[in-house]
Amino acid sequence: MPGDGSLERLRREGRIVVVGASLAGLRAAEALRAKGFEGSLTMIGDEPHEPYDRPPLSKQVLLGRAAADRTALPRLRPVDATWRLGVPASGLDMAARRVRLADGDEVPYDRLLIATGVRARPWPHEAEAELDGVFVLRTRDDSAALARRLDAGPKRVLVIGAGFTGSEIASACRERGLPVTVAERGSAPLVGALGGVVGSVAAELQREHGVDLRCGVMVTALEGDTSGRVRAAHLSDGSTVEADVVIVSLGATRNTEWLAGSGLGAGPRGIACDAGCRAFDIRGIVTDDIYAAGDVARSPHALFGYQFLSLEHWGNAVSQARIAAHNMLSESTDRLPHMEVPAFWSAQFGVNIKSVGAPSLGTEILISQGSLQERRFVGVYGYQGRVIGAVAFDHARWLPFYRELIETTASFPPPFDNVDRRPGGQRPIDADFPDPSVPTHGPTVTLSGYSPADRRMTFTPAH
Amino acid sequence: MVRLAVDLNRCQGYAQCAFLAPDVFAMHGDEALLYAPEADESQRARLAQAAAACPVQAVLVDAVDVPADVPDEAVSGAR
Ligand SMILES: Cc1cc2nc3c(=O)[nH]c(=O)nc-3n(C[C@H](O)[C@H](O)[C@H](O)COP(=O)(O)OP(=O)(O)OC[C@H]3O[C@@H](n4cnc5c(N)ncnc54)[C@H](O)[C@@H]3O)c2cc1C
Ligand code: SF4
Repeated sequence: MPGDGSLERLRREGRIVVVGASLAGLRAAEALRAKGFEGSLTMIGDEPHEPYDRPPLSKQVLLGRAAADRTALPRLRPVDATWRLGVPASGLDMAARRVRLADGDEVPYDRLLIATGVRARPWPHEAEAELDGVFVLRTRDDSAALARRLDAGPKRVLVIGAGFTGSEIASACRERGLPVTVAERGSAPLVGALGGVVGSVAAELQREHGVDLRCGVMVTALEGDTSGRVRAAHLSDGSTVEADVVIVSLGATRNTEWLAGSGLGAGPRGIACDAGCRAFDIRGIVTDDIYAAGDVARSPHALFGYQFLSLEHWGNAVSQARIAAHNMLSESTDRLPHMEVPAFWSAQFGVNIKSVGAPSLGTEILISQGSLQERRFVGVYGYQGRVIGAVAFDHARWLPFYRELIETTASFPPPFDNVDRRPGGQRPIDADFPDPSVPTHGPTVTLSGYSPADRRMTFTPAH
Repeated sequence: MVRLAVDLNRCQGYAQCAFLAPDVFAMHGDEALLYAPEADESQRARLAQAAAACPVQAVLVDAVDVPADVPDEAVSGAR
């Protein structure tokens, strides 16, 4: 209740529990202390490691330029927390305000932050997934194991799925001179995140760097030898690829199973929360003591018609963590909405790829600077007559300008007469995103709810 | 050891950091920055310079020595 001193008490002697001790969890803990929280802070994480950074796992580590266990996140200030690492949270009692741990312990809270992120989607066939030489890449341990195997000089690496992570892995392997095949169900690498126009540039980049890229195919089975080591993969076009290392890079699954039955609005699409990171319960009523941040959260974004977005972006985890921490310790009128324009980066095949906004929501693209042929360009994405996203290939310096266009809901095609706009970049063309009903593993921005502007309802009677 | 991270959303690839602490930061291709997430203690002064020189404040360096609050061997139930 505002003004009754309860917030003061919370700040002084409250108990805040953070589940998920990674990027969002750590940055929230630091922000809580920075804002003067003096109570007890408990960090619960199922990985046995202190918070570490994931982006280097598919870049520096696979290139052999950093060790996987040397990627701990820098500490921006002391958090003075009790760390419960190596033990997962297994349940939540919202009424009693307690988090249950897998070792039987219970941890009471006054405010809870859920930042359990996502995990790599495994190869669906269990026995094949267990073959020696089959990897996924999400954690430090995954990366260490894969790096070790790459050091041993495999005969051929097969990457299944050409989203950002898969493409970065292929890039690192090529840089180390390893033969690589990439199999992608879509028409091009990165097609789910950036569409087919930009995807075709990504495809050229891969081929130019010696990747044996196969698009429009699915891997149907992995085959092991008698000692349980993977030796080949069978593709839907009837071909076979012999590979002794296979990396399954098929996107991610949200870590929400532990909340099943708790009454919180959590499911396979993530944890629904409001623009201030407060989680909804299953009745669609917002809680006031439970918050969500990072990859596991999905929340309405003001710049995108308050549609629910899930963002698997480093920058989003950092900014939601700050918003959640601020709002936990604020009166309702002092709370802040999460409004940051989404931003993402990737480096592959020597090219710096950065995006702002939500390219995957766009329908049209205009190459506003540079050219696709030179692979140095800015592509602006339009949706219903406004600028909704932009991507840059080795043109990152211009992105702040486009971020501003998105923030100010500038009209599309953008009105400016660009100095550097080339013939062919004059008019918008279809951005060529895959049919949204066909799942891809590419997008890192996903629409995960209905637009409030969309009043249609479909009723499908059971037969 | 000093831990660091670069907020590559902010980084504009101006390479001041690579000039000031070449053992930690390097350009990879025309624009992409690669850095060592953990640098040798001997790099601390250079790193501080690099972080200060970055025009967009993208370099995040440990502000806490060795985090005293994380047990060396973090185990379940550790207090
Ligand atoms: C290889 C790789 C490369 C990437 N590269 C980029 C990049 O170039 N640019 C970019 O913008 N983003 C990149 N990302 C994405 C970025 O790392 C994520 O957006 C970020 O890690 C999200 O942080 P988070 O804290 O929300 O979730 P996570 O980092 O996923 O952390 C969640 C933590 O919670 C733990 N957890 C889960 N369930 C439980 C439970 N029940 N109890 C206790 N703990 C639990 C998990 O084990 C994990 O430690 C990359 C990710 C990967 C894997
Ligand atoms: S000085 Fe800053 S902006 Fe320049 S390359 Fe280094 S981190 Fe990026």
